[in-house]
Order: sequence, then C-alpha cells, then structure tokens
Amino acid sequence: MAEVATARTYRLHLMVCAGTGCVSNHAFELKTALEREIEKHKLENEVTVVPTGCNGFCERGPILVVQPGNVFYQQLSVKDVPHLVEEHFLKGRPVAKFMYFPPEEKTPVPVLSDIPFFKKQVLVALRNRGLIDPEKIEEAIARDGYKALAKALTEMSPEAIISEIARSGLRGRGGAGFPTGLKWQLVRNAVSPNGGAKYVVCNGDEGDPGAFMDRSILEADPHAVIEGMVIGAKAIGAAAGFVYVRNEYPLAVNRLAVALEQARAFGLLGRDILGTGFDFDIRIKRGAGAFVCGEETALIASIEGRLGEPRPRPPYPAQSGLWGKPTCINNVETWANVPVIIDRGSAWFAGIGTATSKGTKVFSLVGKINNTGLVEVPMGITLREIISDIGGGIPGGKAFKAVQTGGPSGGCIPKEQIDLPIDYESLAAAGSMMGSGGMVVMDEDTCMVDVARYFLSFTQDESCGKCTPCREGTKAMLDVLTRITEGKGVPDDIALLEDLASAIKDTALCGLGKTAPNPVLTTLRYFRDEYETHIRDRKCPAHVCRQLNIYAIDPRLCLDKGKGCDVCRRNCASEAISGSKGEAHAVLQDKCIKCGVCADVCAFGAVRVE
Amino acid sequence: MDQRISEIVAKYGTDPGSVIAILQDVQEELHYLPRAALERVAGDLSVPLSRVLSLATFYKAFSLKPKGRHPVHVCLGTACHVRGAQLVLEKFERELDIKTGETSPDRAFSLDAVRCVGCCGLAPVVMVGEEVHGKISPAKVAGLVKKYRK
Repeated sequence: MAEVATARTYRLHLMVCAGTGCVSNHAFELKTALEREIEKHKLENEVTVVPTGCNGFCERGPILVVQPGNVFYQQLSVKDVPHLVEEHFLKGRPVAKFMYFPPEEKTPVPVLSDIPFFKKQVLVALRNRGLIDPEKIEEAIARDGYKALAKALTEMSPEAIISEIARSGLRGRGGAGFPTGLKWQLVRNAVSPNGGAKYVVCNGDEGDPGAFMDRSILEADPHAVIEGMVIGAKAIGAAAGFVYVRNEYPLAVNRLAVALEQARAFGLLGRDILGTGFDFDIRIKRGAGAFVCGEETALIASIEGRLGEPRPRPPYPAQSGLWGKPTCINNVETWANVPVIIDRGSAWFAGIGTATSKGTKVFSLVGKINNTGLVEVPMGITLREIISDIGGGIPGGKAFKAVQTGGPSGGCIPKEQIDLPIDYESLAAAGSMMGSGGMVVMDEDTCMVDVARYFLSFTQDESCGKCTPCREGTKAMLDVLTRITEGKGVPDDIALLEDLASAIKDTALCGLGKTAPNPVLTTLRYFRDEYETHIRDRKCPAHVCRQLNIYAIDPRLCLDKGKGCDVCRRNCASEAISGSKGEAHAVLQDKCIKCGVCADVCAFGAVRVE
Repeated sequence: MDQRISEIVAKYGTDPGSVIAILQDVQEELHYLPRAALERVAGDLSVPLSRVLSLATFYKAFSLKPKGRHPVHVCLGTACHVRGAQLVLEKFERELDIKTGETSPDRAFSLDAVRCVGCCGLAPVVMVGEEVHGKISPAKVAGLVKKYRK
C-alpha cells in the first residue's frame, strides 16, 4: 500500500476552481500568482492553494473559495492577487469588490452557500465538487471516499448490494431512466457463454450539445465513479471495466487516468482489492467523435475497435454485450451515485425526490439565463425554481419562452408549463425527456423553428447512416425545415413534417433515430404559430432566420448618439454600408449578406433588425 | 514517420481492437492521417487497409487532410447556437478566407465546426488549438485571428 502523505495543517485553504470553464478563464495563471504572492508574504506554511473540480458557476469564473468560511470570490484576474492576498489572507479583511453581487444589487453575498445559485442545490453526485483536489486520492478518502467500497466488499453479499441499489429507486441518469438495480440483477443472472467474463462499462460519451454534467463529475471527483464501478463489478461478478470518455474532454481523461493509478497504488483497484480476494481493473477508452456512440450497442462496437454503429436490441447488453458477454452499462452520474447509496443507505436516498424519481439530478443550465453553470437539484423541483431562483432569470429583462431538455432526443417545454416538476414521467408527458441533463433556456429572441432546424441538422449530421429512416428521413425533415426558415415554406410542409416524424419514430433502428423527430414534434405542439408565420407571412418573429431579416440603421440614433462613428462601415465585410465618419449611415440592401456584424459592433443600438 | 508509427503500434500490441486508439495517437502526432500512415498501421496489425480507412472516415476525430498549425474549432452546441455561434463561424470563414472544413494555403489555420466542447457557461465558445476562448462575438474574431497569426 502506498504511503499516505502526511498532512500539514493550514490556517486557510484557497480552493481554486480548475474545471474546464475556469481554466479557459486562466485559473491556472491565477493559482500560480496566488502561490507566488503567498510566498512573498511568507505565508506558505499557513495558507495553501488547492486546485479543485468544477464549482458549477462557470459564468463567474475563475472562482476562488476560501476555506474555512466558504468565502466566494469570482472573476478574479492575476492583477487582483496582490491586493486580495494582502487584505484577506494577511490582514484578515475579506475584499468585497471581488465577491458576488446579485444582479441590480449593491451589497455582495460573501458566503457561497448564501448565493441563490447554490442555495437550492442538493449535492449527491457532485458531493465533493470544489472541496477536494481531484488528483489527490487522500482528499477523496478524507471525504469518505471508498468507505462504501469497504462496506460492500467486506460486509455485503452481491445480492445485498443489488437489493440496496434497487430499494433506493436509482434510475439511469443517461437519459432513459431504466432502474439501475434491475439492470444489475439482469446482468448478474445472465450466464456468460463458456463461463467467461462479465463487464461493467461507464458511458462518458456525453454527446448532447449543451450538456457537460459527466465532464464535470469526472473532472471534480473521478474517484466517485471508480468506487461506484468497483461496487457494481462486485455485485454483478465482473472482472474488468471500461470508461468510455469523449476525446473532446482531455482534462477529464487525464484526471481519470491519475485517479485510476492512485486507486491501484492504494489497493482499491486491481488484484485482491482491500485484501478481500476480489480482482477488478478499469481501462479508459477514448471516444473518437461520434455522437451515436452514446447509444449502448454503438458504444460497445466502438470499445471493440469497430465502427460505432448500433445493432438491433434484443439481445440487450445485459445478455450479450462486450465481446458477446453480459455487460452492465451505466452513465457517469449513475455510477457516482452508487457509493453514497451504499454508504448512507437506500432509505436516505429514496427520501429525496418524488414517488417514481428518486435522488437528485445534475443539469447544465445554459442558454439565455443569467447564472449559467452546473446545478444539482432534487427530483421534483419545478422548472420555475431552477430558472428563476437558481438561474436568476433571463438576462436583459427579456421574456422567458421555453426550456429545451433532453438534447437532440428531447423537446422544448413552453413557458405555460414553468411549474412542471422535474421528474422522468412529467418530462415525458410534456413531450420531452430527462435526457442526460442539458437544460437550454430560450427567450423571446429565440426562434423555435430555427431551434428545431438546429437539432435536425445535428442528428442528420451525426446519423451513422446504417438505417434508412434515420439517414434519409432526418435529411428530408431538415430540407423542409431549412426551406421554412428561408421563407420558401408551403402550407403542406407542417403535415409533411408530422408524417415524416411518425415514420422515423416507428421504424428507426436505435434510440438516436427514434427520438430525432422530438424537437420538431414538441415545437409543433407548442409553437405551431411560429411555423405558420414563417410559412404564411415569410417572417421570423424572433428575427433569427436571417434570410427573412432586413438590417437597417436608424439615422437619428446613428447621428445623435453615435455621431456617425463609422465603426459599422469599417467592420462590414461586404461594403454594404454607406456614409462616412460624422454622417448618418445606411445599409445598402442589395449588397447586405445579413451577417449581423453591424448590429454586433454598434454601441448605440442604431442597427435594427426587422 | 514509419518508425514513429511502428512505435505507436507497438505500444498497443497487435490487438486489431486497438486500431482506433492507434489512429488517435497518430492523428495527435501528425495532426492528420496520411495514406502512408494508414497503410503502415494496417500492415503492422495485419488488418485490411479498407477496415482502417472505414474507421478513419467514420469518426470525426480523424482527418485525412492536414490541419493548420492553429486549428480553430467553433462550437455549435445548443447553448452556443442560441447565443449566435453561426455568425461567429461565418465571420471566421471570411476572416481566414477559407470554408468550414478547410485549411489555409499557408497551413497556419484550419477551420472546423464542433458540437459542444462542454463550456456552455461561456457560450459562444471557440477553441484554437487547446485554448478555449469564451464569450466570442463576430466583432472579436479579427482580433483573435491576429493574435495567433503572429
């Protein structure tokens, strides 16, 4: 067993968020600057800097949380460091100007747990986010990591583990919501051909655009996933496991690799785990950029080194999976929930959530919302609570229009249903689905026909091409939608879309194809008038479909406010703006390519879209 | 090149199931998959070239054409889309004078659209190489290109 590093006690721990969002906002430069400044003040034996996984409040990155005290600093830059270190860490006076100010308010909220974005969250899968250095197993262990593993391996029989998971009511967090305990039981009962091996797989091929839950879990707490998989392997009798991670997530892949190495060194993975005689190891398989590989049979094909094409089910992977052996596939978030259920008991877990949807769900709350980021909420919370209380509403005083859940397989839920409770059944009844947890908020400036076209172009592009309904059907639907957004739609197009949608739903081979029409069907159900306006009036009410837009400059605003500043003309790629500095400018419609740059660069709001 | 590819193949052994992982490493090393490399991989693993080629063209992580020294990836995920990513992509096309999927003649830049890099909180997002740039608008594109052109 590896030696545990002797922990030094520090007066202050500076937890620097090192999730992908904050890293792109220079979190590592911030960390280095903090360390240098701390040394300069000779505080290195009192104050330590710890890189953590994603805190979730990506909008405000880079984020620094000071422990103890839970003081939350946001949007820090390297030049803020000397002042912050001297004031807070040397003199003990927290610096208000770096704290979080709720929109329109003049007093900051100093403590993380008081900030509305964090207040209503319940952390189970993300229990260690922001609290540990994900590259140090000692920190995971200090937070009860691998405690459930010890319990499962030394005190529980495989049957007892499975029945505990079944009683908890945990359902698959990857989208479909299949009961996890039942899946494990099926794999345990399945007989492997020639008495061969069984496998467990972690599906981390998070392909839904607008979703990054799995990435955050792997980056913030990879040990939670490893521990869950070892417990699952013990329960079903597997000797090997795979984590299939998107290649687009290099940080997650690296942290997972480090975590696996450390778990092996600590005797928590590999041969004779915890001296119980149980052998189990995990390998990483990197995805290679194919959305369809999130589908379990395609994922299996990809792990085996073949084309990631789905095959008909049954047989389900529980009977015949990797190399024809019984295989238990769960998603990252599902695995991360397992250790907590074993540790705290199924009754505790089942106490959170609704009658049929237990526990919590992680969502990535993005789009037209003030507080974008990653949130974990109890099942049964309403959309309103997520959007208004946690998300802080819509930016710029715009009106909320809809929220899209479930990615390309899901649908749009309109504002009339804002009090809908979030659980598997309610979302399905509304025509959408839980999906893996993407939640994209849309406001009055979002065109629902364009959103439908966007998702169809995604599925059409990602269709593997194996079955005709998906390959040709999504293409046909996309053509119709494109025609409508270009002002060339005909009245029969809506009926045609509905026909195509039902044919694809009934006949496509895999889940990707079967659910591809959902974004169109839900927008037709709730926003049919927008389709009709595009077709009948050749107008896009939200001014998104550019072929239908006309850009124009208000001469009064241009001259009175902007003094004919000429910025629009200089930035116009197609020389479609007339006027020179000091004059009112105008758009030459015959030359305009409708790229929108003039509206983007005008600081005076003089460019109007009609 | 042959030497380097054989080293990569050797790292994975001769299991034909490792083709994808091998191609990923070759792609990382050369930034694309030249025909000679595919032939070498097929030869070393004793699998038909057609099989290697079908994998190389199925998965989006692979490119048969050389990429630029600064590969630009404009995210077209949902969050980026509703915040105007399409306009950003088109601005890049005009600024670099290449179409999406192409590489500039001097091989300084290549331009691709990607579906979600998982930084939705910072939408619209552009990746240049490994660096993520958040909250990009069409007006910021020229400056970004200039920064890398130096």
